[in-house]
Amino acid sequence: MYEFHDGAALLELCTSEGIPISKAMLLREEALSETSSEALLREMRENLTTMKQAVERGLSDSVRSLSGLSGGDANRLYEYSKAAPLLGSEACAAAAASMAVVEVNAAMGCIVASPTAGACGILPGVLLTLAPKRGWSDEALVQALFCAGAIGLLIARHASISGADAGCQAETGSAASMAAAAVAELSSGTPQMCLHAAAIALKNVLGLVCDPVCGLVESPCIKRNALGAVNALLAADLALSGVKSLIPFDEVVEAMRSVGVLMRPELRETALGGLAATPTAKRLTNTLFAKRENPYIKG
Amino acid sequence: MADYSVFDIIGPRMTGPSSSHTAGACRIANTARRIAGEDIIAAEFTLYGSFAKTGFGHGTDKALVAGILGFSPDDPSIADAYEAAQKAGLKVELCLSEAPVEHPNTARISVTSSKGEVTEILGQSVGGGNIRIVEINGLDLEITGEYPTLILQYRDMPGIVAVVTHVLAQNKINIAFMRVFRHGKGLDAYMSIETDQPVSIAIRELIVGLSDGIIKVFAI
Repeated sequence: MYEFHDGAALLELCTSEGIPISKAMLLREEALSETSSEALLREMRENLTTMKQAVERGLSDSVRSLSGLSGGDANRLYEYSKAAPLLGSEACAAAAASMAVVEVNAAMGCIVASPTAGACGILPGVLLTLAPKRGWSDEALVQALFCAGAIGLLIARHASISGADAGCQAETGSAASMAAAAVAELSSGTPQMCLHAAAIALKNVLGLVCDPVCGLVESPCIKRNALGAVNALLAADLALSGVKSLIPFDEVVEAMRSVGVLMRPELRETALGGLAATPTAKRLTNTLFAKRENPYIKG
Repeated sequence: MADYSVFDIIGPRMTGPSSSHTAGACRIANTARRIAGEDIIAAEFTLYGSFAKTGFGHGTDKALVAGILGFSPDDPSIADAYEAAQKAGLKVELCLSEAPVEHPNTARISVTSSKGEVTEILGQSVGGGNIRIVEINGLDLEITGEYPTLILQYRDMPGIVAVVTHVLAQNKINIAFMRVFRHGKGLDAYMSIETDQPVSIAIRELIVGLSDGIIKVFAI
């Protein structure tokens, strides 16, 4: 049975079978769902297609959100990334693509929650920006999504992927951790390196709170997805260069869980603390929710 | 949840912006549509808690309307739900309530069929697009829709449970969870049966015909 309780067990399975994390996750899913790997890969390809459409729409259009609070910044950064951005053009374009997906989400477009809607930009932004330049095929990307899924599964199981439970560290932190492992595997990193990459990305944003302005998935979520993309690339580069996480992946996940427990409810998606409690955010909330122009409201 | 599938982590595909406030709201309304039957001419939505407070910024209202029209949570036309309702001749009314509720993301949906039949459900969006229906026509119950679910409306009397489970057994359908609820002895009652295998329309029609006590059978 291809089941793994934690990161250590996953690593043991990969080592004993001589398989990458993506393959271990695919074998587990086959057994769990009693579905053929062909069908599972086909379903994951649907997700990849939706991700591609969201990136394309977000980068080309100047999308505006339902609230009017956001939109157009992904396009702005993408155009700028073609010149000589300080981050380097690849990382800057990945950040732009990540923002693009969250902007599409805020405009009621179709996205893939990965792992959540609030962190839906990081994985597609990183994978789809790097793929053409590095020759990663769609098949390889679909497999990489299984690798990312394995990391997300372990975080969800032992900590949380929900901002309401554990803050933004659990959303964009988890997404960056998943993306870091996925790009490390695509870059021929070992399963051990993938886990180091995942651990480093999560460590980098430990304690990050969820404080959505006006309670909406826009500010600061869109820019935190940009940060998540760069965080994922940095963590993967560190791991691929041979740098190790001093604290092993499983213990980092446990640390994230315990930080989440210590976090006050005001900082966990309730829009009562952090940026959501600033004078500007309060003013925006008042103007936004005062103009209830919906003709269908009774009374 | 038993254990996470890879598609719980990479997925679902959904129309934004929020899995709880948009996708979950759409699924609650989808469920109301299945319970009420599909010939709905009017729908009234009452939004509570966070749905009432931040719902408009999340398109919760549009997702609810779209759900009654049968749009799935990943349908990009959720954004144009009001126009679609107008075209379909669906009358829509919204109420915002400050009444306290058990769960912050709660909606009450009252729908009227073309025959004038009114069905009212209370639904909660519990995170990640997952939902719970906690009330049908004033009767407390709990349906998650995580498994294929068969719901029976029947008159409370001996033998109904035996009749239904016998049919399921004959068709090799395994029951994962099962509950019965009733307004009172001999009155209207509901049965919810969550199964490992889906229950086909043919089997549902067979069940309806088995006893005069069975009023309605629907699947979620």
